[in-house]
Amino acid sequence: MSQIWIAVIGASVTAFLNKYFGHSVPEKWLDKPRFKRINTLVPIVLLSALVGVQTFANKKELVIDQRLAGVGVALIALKFKAPFPVVVVSAAITSAAIYNWF
Amino acid sequence: MSINPRSNPIDRTALSVAFTVGLYGAAFGAAGVTAGFSIIQTCLLSLLLFSGASQFAVVGIMGAGGGAISAIATATLLGFRNALYGLQMAPILKVKGIKRILAAQITIDESTAVATLQENDADRKRGFYITGIGVYVFWNLFTFLGALGASAIGDPSVWGLDAAVPAAFCGLIWPRLKNKTQFIVSAAAISWALILTPLTPAGVPIITTVILAIIFGWKK
Repeated sequence: MSQIWIAVIGASVTAFLNKYFGHSVPEKWLDKPRFKRINTLVPIVLLSALVGVQTFANKKELVIDQRLAGVGVALIALKFKAPFPVVVVSAAITSAAIYNWF
Repeated sequence: MSINPRSNPIDRTALSVAFTVGLYGAAFGAAGVTAGFSIIQTCLLSLLLFSGASQFAVVGIMGAGGGAISAIATATLLGFRNALYGLQMAPILKVKGIKRILAAQITIDESTAVATLQENDADRKRGFYITGIGVYVFWNLFTFLGALGASAIGDPSVWGLDAAVPAAFCGLIWPRLKNKTQFIVSAAAISWALILTPLTPAGVPIITTVILAIIFGWKK
């Protein structure tokens, strides 16, 4: 079996185990206020980290390019309470315009 | 359950999230084929793995010449947040057996985010299922189209797709930032991830921010 097949099947299995594990651990885990506070912050830190990495990282290098302009426009759109598709499309248009014309 | 995006604001949010996120599946399909995956392998990742960041990590690492083990490890680290989402959703969904397997498969950023934005459990459930199933359908459809049209789409930057992903994540974090502490935690997580990016293997800068969540959440 090729490395790609191993990666496809292996990563699919662990992804499902991750998801199923979360649904199966006892509910009382959530009853602790400390755990609830941490659990509320977990998506915030992971999604924020993803934003940072996807905006600035090029492999292992940090760069400033068209993506930052796109994300900046998205943040402005969010500030003005724009709906989700407007936020994403305005970011894409901004980034594409800079990438294609400069 | 009938879906009515005209009159029901939950359905409207769920479907617009599902469609825009699904569109990005085209970029994933293209990325997979460009990285040397066959159309079937690319589509299987969307059907079985079904978690955008992990999927991009797998094709990114294999495309760059990495081994299957590092691709699986990185994808697993990135997918751990889905376990935490599951923990959050389980007491609301209360499902067992085959339904739990199906609910688990659609436990991702978007379905959980739309659910947590709702005011009561009935609405959370509705938001979770419509978003999860909607993303699944559109994501897989556009993965296939993207894989087919890989040569046409080629460089995602030309279409601004490289900025669309972090912008989509911004749209998901924004409603969660309700107080000053949460803003600070968000900024700290971004800084942490950027500092670690040049130093650690891909995926580590993201998963290790869980430490920040524990530190900031430990005390009231």
